[in-house]
Amino acid sequence: MSLDFQIFCKSTFEDTYSPRCFGEFFQFGQGAGDPTYLDWLITAWGWTIAVSTLALLIALVIGIAIGTLRTISNETVLSKVLIFFSNAWVELFRNIPVLVQVFLWYHVIPMLIPALKNFPSFLLVSIALGFFTSARIAEQMKAGIFSLPKGQRMAAQSLGMTKVQTYRYVLLPMAMRIVIPPLTSECMNIVKNSAVAFAVSVSELTLFAMQTQEETSKGIEMYLGVTALYIVTAFTVNRVMALIERKTRIPGFIAPSSQGSH
Amino acid sequence: MKPSKLVQVILFSTSLVGIVCATQAGTLEKITETKSITMGVRDSSGALSYTLGDGKYTGFHVEICKRVIADLEKKLKTSLKVEYQPVTSQNRIPLVQNGTVDLECGSTTNNATRQKDVSFAVTTYVEEVRIAVKADSNITSIAQLVNKKVATTTGTTSVQLLRKHERANGVNFEEIFGKDHADSFLLLESGRADAFVMDGSILAGNIANAKNPKDFKIVGEVLSVEPIAIMMRKDYPATFKTEVDNSIKAMMKDGTIAKMYKQWFQDPIPPKGNRVGLDLSDNTKNAWANPNDKPAEDYIKK
Repeated sequence: MSLDFQIFCKSTFEDTYSPRCFGEFFQFGQGAGDPTYLDWLITAWGWTIAVSTLALLIALVIGIAIGTLRTISNETVLSKVLIFFSNAWVELFRNIPVLVQVFLWYHVIPMLIPALKNFPSFLLVSIALGFFTSARIAEQMKAGIFSLPKGQRMAAQSLGMTKVQTYRYVLLPMAMRIVIPPLTSECMNIVKNSAVAFAVSVSELTLFAMQTQEETSKGIEMYLGVTALYIVTAFTVNRVMALIERKTRIPGFIAPSSQGSH
Repeated sequence: MKPSKLVQVILFSTSLVGIVCATQAGTLEKITETKSITMGVRDSSGALSYTLGDGKYTGFHVEICKRVIADLEKKLKTSLKVEYQPVTSQNRIPLVQNGTVDLECGSTTNNATRQKDVSFAVTTYVEEVRIAVKADSNITSIAQLVNKKVATTTGTTSVQLLRKHERANGVNFEEIFGKDHADSFLLLESGRADAFVMDGSILAGNIANAKNPKDFKIVGEVLSVEPIAIMMRKDYPATFKTEVDNSIKAMMKDGTIAKMYKQWFQDPIPPKGNRVGLDLSDNTKNAWANPNDKPAEDYIKK
C-alpha cells in the first residue's frame, strides 16, 4: 500500500490540488484559493490547542487551590467545611470517566441551568476537561505538600507567620517544585484527552481525522498527520515543562537533582 | 546503518511485498480452494446490516449475500463455510483489498474513488439524503435551514454535502456534529439542533426507535443520491463479480429483492420488532429495473 500525502494539498470542495498546498489559510499574497485539507488540519490543530490551553488554565487554578485546601489543619468549623468540600470535589471528578463528564456538561447540566445552553461547546468541553484534570492535579498538590517535612510548617508558624503566609512563603514554593514532574504528565495528558471534544462537535484533530478519512478515502494519511501533530504538541509541552523545571530549580533546595547534590 | 545494510533491508521488504501480492489469486479460486467465504458485516448500519448480538448478523444486505452464497455453492458444487467479519467505515476497504473479507455486505457507497481500489456488485439500494425535523417545525426545505442549527454525524458524506451546499449558495448553517447517528438524533430531540441531515434509512430508523416517533418527520427535497452496493475485491478477470451480479440480477428479476425490501424496511424487524417504515424510492426501483454498478458521481450528473 502506498501513501499519498498529496491529499493534504487537495481542495475540500473540488477535485483540484493547490500548488502551494495552502488555500485560504496561508495565502502568501496570492489571493484566496479553495481551502485545502492542510488548511483544515491546521485549523483543527488550533482548536486542539485552544481546548487544551483553556482546560489547563482551569485545571491548574482549581487544582492547586483544591489541593492546598486538602492539607490545611482542621481546627475551625470553616476549615472543616473547606476540607470536606475539597475532598468531595476530588472524589466527584476523579471517579467519573472523562467522556461521561463531557456529555454531562453538554447534555444534562444545560437542562438544569438554562443559561448554559447558550455556551459554545468549546467552553463546556474545556470546563469538563479542566474540572476532570483539576481533581488529578489537586491530588498531586496534596502529595507534594505532605511530602515536605513537618518541621517546615512548624518552623514557619513559630516565626509568627499566619496560615496564609506559611503556605505562600514556605510550603507552596517548595511543593510546587516537587510536583513539576507529575504536572508535566498532566499537561501532556490534557492535550491527548482534548480528543474527547470531538464528541461535542468541536472541530479539533480527532474530528478532522474521522471526517476526512471518510471524505478522501485516505484514512491512513489523515491519521498519520493527526498523530504527528499530537506528538509535536505533547512533546512541546514536555519540553516547556522541562525548561520551567530547570529554570526554577534551586540547587540544594529540594534534594534530588540530576547532578546529584547528595 | 551502513549503505549495504540499507540495501538489504529494502530488498527484503520489497520481496515481502512481492510475496503478499503473489498470493492474491482470484476470489473464486480462493473460496473454491478453502471451501470458505468471509462476509464483511456491520454492527449497526440501519436495516442494511446489523448485529443481533452473540456473533449473529442480519439485515437487507446480509440476507442478499446469504442468497448469493447459496447460489455460489450450487455453481461450485460444494458447500462453503461462511465466516462473519465485522468491519467499520475505516477498515472495510483495506480488509477487502488484503483478502480478509471476500464479500462486504454493509452500507458502502459506490463512488469513483473507491472503484479504483475495489469493485462493487450491481446497486441493490439507493440511499437518499433527507432532512429530519420535529413534527411541529415549519421547516420544509434546505433553503429554510439558513442560519439554523443543523445536526449531522462526523465521518459521513453528509458533512461534505452541507459544506458544498453552503458554498454553492453563499449561505451559512450552524453545523453541529454528533459523534454517531444516535448522538445526532439526540441533538435534534433535545432541541440543540433544528434539523438532522442524513441518509433517509438512518433517519427513518432513528425515528422508529424514538420514544415518540410521531414527534418527528422527514421533510424536503432529496439532497443527494448515493448508490449502496455489496463490495468485493477487484479480480482480473472478474469471474467472482460476474457470479455475484448474476445472482443478484436474478433476485431483481423474480421479485425476491422487492419482497426482501418490504421485510426489512417496512415490516417489523428483529430483535425488537421495530419498523423502519421507509417507502421504496423511485431511485431504488430504477436500480432494480436496470441493474448497474454506476458510481455516485453518475447520479449527480442526471
